[in-house]
Amino acid sequence: MTLTNSLRTLPDDRGHFGQFGGRYVAETLMPLILDLEREYRAAKADPAFQAEFDDLLEHYVGRPSPLYFAPRLTEELGGAQVWFKRDELNHTGAHKINNCIGQILLAIRMGKTRIIAETGAGQHGVATATVCARFGLPCVIFMGATDVARQAPNVFRMKLLGAEVVPVTSGAATLKDAMNEALRDWVANVHDTFYIIGTAAGPHPYPELVRDFQSVIGREAREQMLSRTGRLPDLLVAAIGGGSNAIGLFHPFLDDPSVKMLGVEAAGHGLDKEHAASLAGGRPGILHGNKTYLLQDDDGQIIEGHSISAGLDYPGIGPEHSWLKEIGRVDYTSVTDSEALDAFQLLCRTEGIIPALEPSHAIAAVKKVAPTMPKDSIILANLCGRGDKDIFSVADHLGVSL
Amino acid sequence: MTDRFATAFGKPHPALVTFVTGGDPTAEATAAILDALVEGGADVVELGMPFTDPMADGPAIQRANLRSLAAGTKTADIFSLASGFRSRHPDVPLVLMGYANPMTTRGADWFAAECKKAGVDGVICVDIPPEEDAELGPALRAAGVSLIRLATPTTDAARLPAVLEGSSGFLYYVSVAGVTGLQQAAQASINEAVARLKAASDIPVAVGFGVRTPEQAAQIGKVADGVVVGSAIIDIVAQHGNNAAGPVREFVASLKYAMLETSK
Repeated sequence: MTLTNSLRTLPDDRGHFGQFGGRYVAETLMPLILDLEREYRAAKADPAFQAEFDDLLEHYVGRPSPLYFAPRLTEELGGAQVWFKRDELNHTGAHKINNCIGQILLAIRMGKTRIIAETGAGQHGVATATVCARFGLPCVIFMGATDVARQAPNVFRMKLLGAEVVPVTSGAATLKDAMNEALRDWVANVHDTFYIIGTAAGPHPYPELVRDFQSVIGREAREQMLSRTGRLPDLLVAAIGGGSNAIGLFHPFLDDPSVKMLGVEAAGHGLDKEHAASLAGGRPGILHGNKTYLLQDDDGQIIEGHSISAGLDYPGIGPEHSWLKEIGRVDYTSVTDSEALDAFQLLCRTEGIIPALEPSHAIAAVKKVAPTMPKDSIILANLCGRGDKDIFSVADHLGVSL
Repeated sequence: MTDRFATAFGKPHPALVTFVTGGDPTAEATAAILDALVEGGADVVELGMPFTDPMADGPAIQRANLRSLAAGTKTADIFSLASGFRSRHPDVPLVLMGYANPMTTRGADWFAAECKKAGVDGVICVDIPPEEDAELGPALRAAGVSLIRLATPTTDAARLPAVLEGSSGFLYYVSVAGVTGLQQAAQASINEAVARLKAASDIPVAVGFGVRTPEQAAQIGKVADGVVVGSAIIDIVAQHGNNAAGPVREFVASLKYAMLETSK
């Protein structure tokens, strides 16, 4: 394809990426969403805001995260060189903190005094609770009751950090219901509350601002790769639930036509069974404030996602990914629970890194594609989280009792 | 079709607008409950389209949505409830209320045509604000179905014209910043808001969210053109299930009686 125009200028002023995105919220929230957009525009143009963001990323989060060449994995796969962006080394163990730092600075700028967030696996909840502790703001985390039960260590972390964790029992009691409940809280507390959304989805301007805060991943990776190898990678690979780590890696490369990109959805038990692959198995619809690909039935009722990874277990996807799929700039594939489990163990064995189950999906895709590429080509995958939180469920799946 | 709204809001007393979720607990039961609403004295009937993710609703209506879906309610069932209602009650305005995804999933034109065919007078879509009107508004207007918009305590003077533009039937004032069925707004704030809305438009203003008792309905009816009651009726349906029609009729009659005492 020819790239005569930049692919990095969207969304438009109404928050649309092609037909996707937008602001599908109740009227009560609309004035607040417009306020947030105005305040984000001002912050984006304010060097002091950017400087504070950068300073916290460097000294609190620990950025830049390393760019790492994985020699033994590369050798094992026998094809392209495999490199990782090590966002699992961030404070709190995942990329989620990048976005939380940005949003809490916005919240403070807007004079908000109470923070709410939704969480699935608990990583975004922990990151939100962390920044709330850092800035001394009260924090309420909505988490599906099912997830509260299966992510006990993260629930404890959030509580240690001073957050109130509210188990959500409505609907299916998972991530989408936690998001519904956070929206209900927000609508009832618009005057003082800021909602820190965890992924690059939701009503405009969230997909844009989450992407912008996460784009530090791709900006660093691009510079690091150029300075280490003198060239750009041939292929970027990242796992996708809502898609914030993927869009953060991809976005700074969108106008580099030689760089191919692969987003990896969770195929769960298989695409013909229960899964969480909205692009592969869904169609466009409207949920949680944006138009995007959704898992849904003929009547537009939302179907629960399933993945071994609680962080990918969401029936939608960020709207910019839906657009990048439709224009063909990014390829999307999916890997199953068992492929992700294999990749999880492969990285442990070959590189001494225990990855989270989310990037294990990206690694599984790398495992398939690397052997088909020449040895002088470069794959850059985002290692967006570490696996400490997952050892219990991995042990369970491997039939090991701890 | 908007004539039915004109009649309903042109009576000497404020209009009683009642809401139930279609298919809760079953589609058959809903047909009888809809009749009970009219028999109890409802001037306008809102029929909720169930959705898996009713993020603007409080616990009562959330559970009603899930009960309906668990009973297997489909969009086709909602339209057959609507056309059945229309043939039994030719003069009572019928409004479909729900969320964007079920309404737009087969295309806005399809939805608008089905509404017209079933005799639906108006549509309330919770999560399509004026900024996304193109998603549903043009198709409904072309089919002659009213798009009923929501105004809220956060709708300021700058936004109000955008909300009113393209609205018809009536304007639904959401009296609290929150979800359905929980808090109750202070009467003074309702009075102030209704006065502001009526100054900006000739369209009738109905007030809802948190209205649960005949006394509240009568109070609000003193200033508003209509009063919407939903969760309190849903609670009765939840309690009585397939036998809810009788208790619903009695409750609606108690609301109506209190409001008849109120002249506009």
